[in-house]
This record gives sequence, structure tokens and C-alpha cells, in this order.
Amino acid sequence: MEALTWAGPTGTFLGPIGLILVIAFAVAVVAMLVLSVVAAPEAVRTGRDLAARPSGAFGLSEAAVRWTGLALLGYVVVWLIAGIVLPYGQAGIIGAVIKRFLPVWIALALTFGLSLAFKRRLGLYGKLFDSTIGMIGFGLVMFWVFTAAFAGLFDWVATHQPLTAVSGLKNEVPGVPMPQAEVVGPGAHYLFGGDNLARDVFSRMVYGSVIVIVIAPFATIFAFMVGITLGLPAGYYGGRLDMFLSFLANLILAFPVILLFYLLVTPEMVQTGLPSYMAMALFIFPLIFAAVFINSRWHTQPKVRTPILIVVLAVLGIVYLSAISQRGTPLNFLPGWLDLFNIPGGILVVFVSVVFVNSPTVFRIVRGLAMDIKTRDYVAAAQTRGEGPWYIMLWEILPNARGPLIVDFCLRVGYTTILLGTLGFFGLGLPPESPDWGSTINLGRRLLSIYPHPAIVPAVALLSLVLGLNLLADGLREESLKD
Amino acid sequence: MLRFLLARVVTMLFTALCLTLIVFALTNLEPNLEKVAKSEAGSRISDEEVVSWLERNGYGQPTLVRYGEWLGVLPGWQIEQADGSVRGRCIPIGSDPEIAPDFCGVLQGYWGESTVFKQPVSEIISRSLALTGKLMFWVMVVMVPGALLLGVLAGMREGSRTDRSLSAVSILTTATPEYVSGVLLITIFASSAVGLRWFNGSATSAMEDANFVNFTLPVVTIALYGMGYIARMTRASMTEVMTAQYIRTARLKGVKFRNIVLRHALRNALIAPFTVIMLQFPWLLNGVVIVETLFNYKGFGWTLVQAAGNNDIELLLGVSVVSVFVVLVTQLISDIGYVYLNPRIRIS
Repeated sequence: MEALTWAGPTGTFLGPIGLILVIAFAVAVVAMLVLSVVAAPEAVRTGRDLAARPSGAFGLSEAAVRWTGLALLGYVVVWLIAGIVLPYGQAGIIGAVIKRFLPVWIALALTFGLSLAFKRRLGLYGKLFDSTIGMIGFGLVMFWVFTAAFAGLFDWVATHQPLTAVSGLKNEVPGVPMPQAEVVGPGAHYLFGGDNLARDVFSRMVYGSVIVIVIAPFATIFAFMVGITLGLPAGYYGGRLDMFLSFLANLILAFPVILLFYLLVTPEMVQTGLPSYMAMALFIFPLIFAAVFINSRWHTQPKVRTPILIVVLAVLGIVYLSAISQRGTPLNFLPGWLDLFNIPGGILVVFVSVVFVNSPTVFRIVRGLAMDIKTRDYVAAAQTRGEGPWYIMLWEILPNARGPLIVDFCLRVGYTTILLGTLGFFGLGLPPESPDWGSTINLGRRLLSIYPHPAIVPAVALLSLVLGLNLLADGLREESLKD
Repeated sequence: MLRFLLARVVTMLFTALCLTLIVFALTNLEPNLEKVAKSEAGSRISDEEVVSWLERNGYGQPTLVRYGEWLGVLPGWQIEQADGSVRGRCIPIGSDPEIAPDFCGVLQGYWGESTVFKQPVSEIISRSLALTGKLMFWVMVVMVPGALLLGVLAGMREGSRTDRSLSAVSILTTATPEYVSGVLLITIFASSAVGLRWFNGSATSAMEDANFVNFTLPVVTIALYGMGYIARMTRASMTEVMTAQYIRTARLKGVKFRNIVLRHALRNALIAPFTVIMLQFPWLLNGVVIVETLFNYKGFGWTLVQAAGNNDIELLLGVSVVSVFVVLVTQLISDIGYVYLNPRIRIS
């Protein structure tokens, strides 16, 4: 069987067009940047004048950027359609990869179609679709979310298993055919080549997204629970409590992150059981948060409050106990039938340390917001009404701080992804054969100058996800500032 | 001002004390010590032998006492051996116990001995700090002017297409961690398979003699990540200044746009980025560790990885103390600098 080339037969005429478009776009952007520095001051426009296009060389370069950009976009769409429509191999590696992601494209198209159709009724989420930057970011993030969901739940996107090695394919270049494959079809090639243990780079990238997409948002949610539960009273009450908590937060923030990881995420540390105790302390915060949240709202109606509180706390309590009770660690007290799930030791310590690193920053942000909002009139009104402090914090201050917090959440998920990659890059925590992007980059970097593809593929994947989250945060910030 | 300074310094010292205690406790956990005993006295020794080895080498005392000894506020341990000679923390092997000092800790300048490199910790750290200093100097030379230029250009005309494209560039660089940009840069500029082969993919030779070929990639890798963040802060500060009343007055007077930016706006717009640049140091430290590992440049970050990976307790402690102090001192400088640069705070 023949090896696949990057673009296949289709590439012979689509390739040069793409090259021309990319060069034209780059020239236009550079021209615009240079001209904007030397351009006349008339180019400063405000408010409604933005609609009027500036004339002269600068205006010309702006138009060139716009049109070449649109042409590039159209070119990408042509490739997408070609990849999906043409039979396997006709559009080369690119076409085959596009075809593997077909369920993701369908899901993305559905999401965007529905959201655009109903965007006026969807609040802040709908407004996101008014900003180009926000839409690009949302698209990139949802691309990986759908990929992780389809790969993790149905085994769809990947062509091979992440840990199966096929002898003879060690470090082979992208598009290499499988030795024993006979039918030309999905799975007949290593689309992005083989790594130095002869595993499929493409499939490892796809399965790696599952680990990142599961851990990063969850760890960020936990960090937010800790930060909010401690930051609100620190900002609201101030005084000694604030001084003490701020000191603790600054203490953790003064550690360089990598040093903290090297101290916390070691096999010796897992042996002492310290991560389990830290998990015990950190995982209790969602419970406290939920209990206070419900109690402060309905404490005047015990008949409503008590049943809700019992149900919520029972469910969360079981999850909490199963999460911290692990076989093989000092904390192992639940009987087997009650222990719903076990988090593998490596993942637990990674999770705990990432939460630990992120919480102080969230604490500082929430504290600052609380200090600012507590001087508002509606807080004074609630105090006059005789509301309790926790009601004011959770039902008056927190909802009014949601804008900056949502933006920070997106940025922080991106940062957590970077941290997870850092851990993998240093081989800390997760097992070495794990397909997560950081570990894969770490494995690939040793032979980087001879065989770059095993490290490049996960690196670009991680970059696109983090970039998507940053763009999403930027779009959200812009849109939430408008009202 | 003086009271403010004093309070800050006292808080800083207290924080440093707490942090070193935490680091000390975390590096001297039971399993770590066991590993030290096994690597020094043979990996097949029994549990009792481990305990007795630890007793004989001063690891038997409570952690707090040993922290005091390491810090130099408690006298170092001394143990009389079976043959009557005295061994101790402060007594180098082969010297006379009578003339040895009572206290020997970090405060007295005794940082211990590295078990991996078989050299005094202070020597290793000063050598690697010098190497990292060289790297950081060039990073600053590339990063700071680049970031300020990006930020000022983007911020002087808010909302324009230039602003949007430059902001996109700074978002892109903040979204690219060093281990991603390093891998990409090595592939493009140094790979023997597909790349341009302009630069070296390893910076080992740059330790002796740094030149354009072997030092560009590590410097650019660190600078890129920090650049985006500083540029965004500069942009925010610049846009704020550009909407100020006095800029409008200058515009109405008919001052040229170029002169408004250079003479009127720039100075006020650069106060905020100063703080940000100082506070970037802890982040740069992360970048240094990643880049030095990736490019095999044996500086401070590389030493940290070696010490932590090989359970070299004394060296890891030394590295931690230095990095924590770097972070705290830059925080202090940024606080003082902010107060000093901003006349509104300085005068009140």
C-alpha cells in the first residue's frame, strides 16, 4: 500500500492556491501594520465613524486584509468540503483527518446553527455570537470538547488505540501505511505518523484531549469554589479574617509554580498520603458552599430548606466520601459497595495540586470584587432589610460579580491546561504512557530535531485549545462590557 | 513612607521564614529521608539499618529542631562515635571538632553539600545563577522593548484594525506556553529533518560562549510568553491615558498625533507596565525552568530539576530559598516602585 501525502491528488491544484492566499494575506497584514504607524492622524475614528472607511494607502491595506482574510476562510471551507466528500486518500492526510472529525463538524454546525438562530434569547451566551473573536474562540473550544466527548464515550474519532504499538512504525513519518492493512480506508495509515514507541500520534492526540477536557474545567470549578467560599467573607468582613486569609494566599502565590509541583507531585509525597489529606480539605468546599448557599436563601422557611438541604448534602456527601476514600492510601474507610469510584493516585495528586495553585488567585479576585460591591446601595438596602451576611454575600454580591468571574473562569481553564501540560512535560504525576498532551510532548522532545512530528502534534493541539479559551474570554469580556 | 517600607520588609521576612519552613518540611518527609539513607548506605539495607543510619547522621531529631540547625539559629548536632571521635553537622570530615563553630546554617553562609554534584551548594547555585542571569538579561533586552512597542501601538488607536491585529498577536503569545513555542521554534529553525537550520536546538554551548546561533531560540522562547501579557497591560494603560482630558486638549490645540503619543501620553502610560514587568519575575522563573530543560542549558532552572529529580535535599532547599527570595524581593521592589513612580500616592 502506498503512503499518503499531505494533500493527495487534490493538493496538486489546491496547494498552490493556498500558498498564494497565505502570502497575500501576510503581505497585507504587514503592510497594514506598517502603514498604521506612519498613517495620518485622520485614521483616528470614534463611535459611529467606524463605519466610514478611511481612504488612501492605509484604507487600501485594510481592505486588502479584509478580502484576503475572507478568501482564506473560503479556502478552508473548500478543504473541509473536499475532505468530507472525496473518497479516502484522494485528499491526502488532510482529507482523511477532516473525515475522521466528521461527527465533530456536524456537532459544531448544529451548535452554531441553533445558537445563531436563537441568539437574542440566550443572554450573555447569545451575545457571544456578535463578536468574531468570541465565535472563533468558542469554535476552537467546542471542537476539542466534542472531540473529547466522542472519543471518550463512543471511541469515534481516533483510528487506533492510544497504547497499541505496531512494530515497524517507530518514528515513521505522517501518512505511513499499516504493514498488514489491505483495504484502503480508515485505519489503514498512521495519519500523523508513529511516535518513538510505534504508537499512532493522531489517536494519542485525540485521546489526550479527553484527559485535558475532563481535568482542566473540573479543577478550575473546585478552585473557584474554594476561592469564592473564602474570598467573599474576606472581602465582606475585612479585618483580621481578611489579613489572615490574604497572608495565606500570598504565601502560596510566592512559590514559583514549578517548585511547588516538584515538592507536591512526587511518588514520595503520594506515599505519605499528603495529597489525600489535601483532597479531603479542598473537596469539602463545594459541600460548605452548597449548604450555606441553600441555608441562607431558605432559612426563614425550614419546611422548604430542610428537605432540599438533606437531599443535596446526601448526594454531595456520598460523592465526596467516594472521592477521598482510596484503596492503597491512608484514607480508605468506605466499604467497597458504597465507594462509587476511585480516582487513580496519579490523577488525584495532579488534580489536587492544580486546584491548590489556582485557588489563591481566585481568592484574590473574589475578595477584590466583594470589597468593591459591598459599598453599593443594594447591599445597604439588604442590610437595612435585616438580611444575614451570608445571604448578602451569596445572593447579592456574587450574582453581581458574575461578569468578571465568568471571564476569569475561561482564562483560568486555559491556564490550568497549561499547568497540566507543564506537569506532563516534566513527567510529574500522570503515568508516562498516558496520552495527555504534556506527557506526549515530553516523550517527543528527546528526538525533536530528527523526528519532530510526535511532539509537534500535541503541541499544536494544546496551543489551539488554550488560544480558543483566551479568545473566548476576550469575546466575553468585550460583550459583557457593552451592557 | 518609611513606616510603609518597614512594614513591607517585616512582612516579607516573616513570609520568607514561613516559606522556608514549608519547603524544609516538604523536602524532609519520611520517604525522602529513607531514599537518602538508601542511596548513601546501599539500596538493600533493612528498615532498622535505615533508622540507625538516619540517627547517626543527624536526621533523627524533630523536623523543627533540624530546621533551626539548617537556618543557623540552633547549634548543629554532634554525635560521639564508638571510637571516641566526634562527628557533627558543623565539623567537616577530617578536621578538629574543637575549632568547629557551634552554629552553621544558611544565616552563617553554610548551605550544605550537594549529593548529586558532590560540591558545596553555594558554589553550584552561584554558578548556575550567573548562567541564568545571562539568559534573563537577553530575555529582558528582547522582551521589554518589544512588549512596550506592541502595547503602545495597539493602545494609541483603540478599536482600530491595527489594535485588533496586535491584540490578537498578544493573545496568541500568552496562549503559547514555553514548552509549545520551544518545540515549534526548534522544529522550524533548528530541525535537521524539515527545518531551516538557522539556529541550534541546544544551548549547551551558549554557557561558555553565547552567540546568535545558539542563544536566539531560548531567549525568544521565554520572551514570547511574557511579551503578550506585558503588551496587553501596556495597551490597557495606554488606552486609558489616550481618553484623558489633557490629551483631548492637546489634540484640540492641533498638536501632531505623533507628538501627542511620544511627548504627552507615553510617560504616563508606562507606570502600570513597570509593576507588571517586576511581577513577571515569578512567571519568568517557570519559563526559565522549562526552557533550560528543553535546551539543556545548565542554569538555575536546570539545577532545580536535577535537585528535585535526584532527591538532593540540600541543593533543592538552597534553590528554593533563592527562588522564593527572588519572588519576594521583586514584589517588594514593584510595590515601592509603584508608590515612587505615581505622584498621587507618593505625595499623599
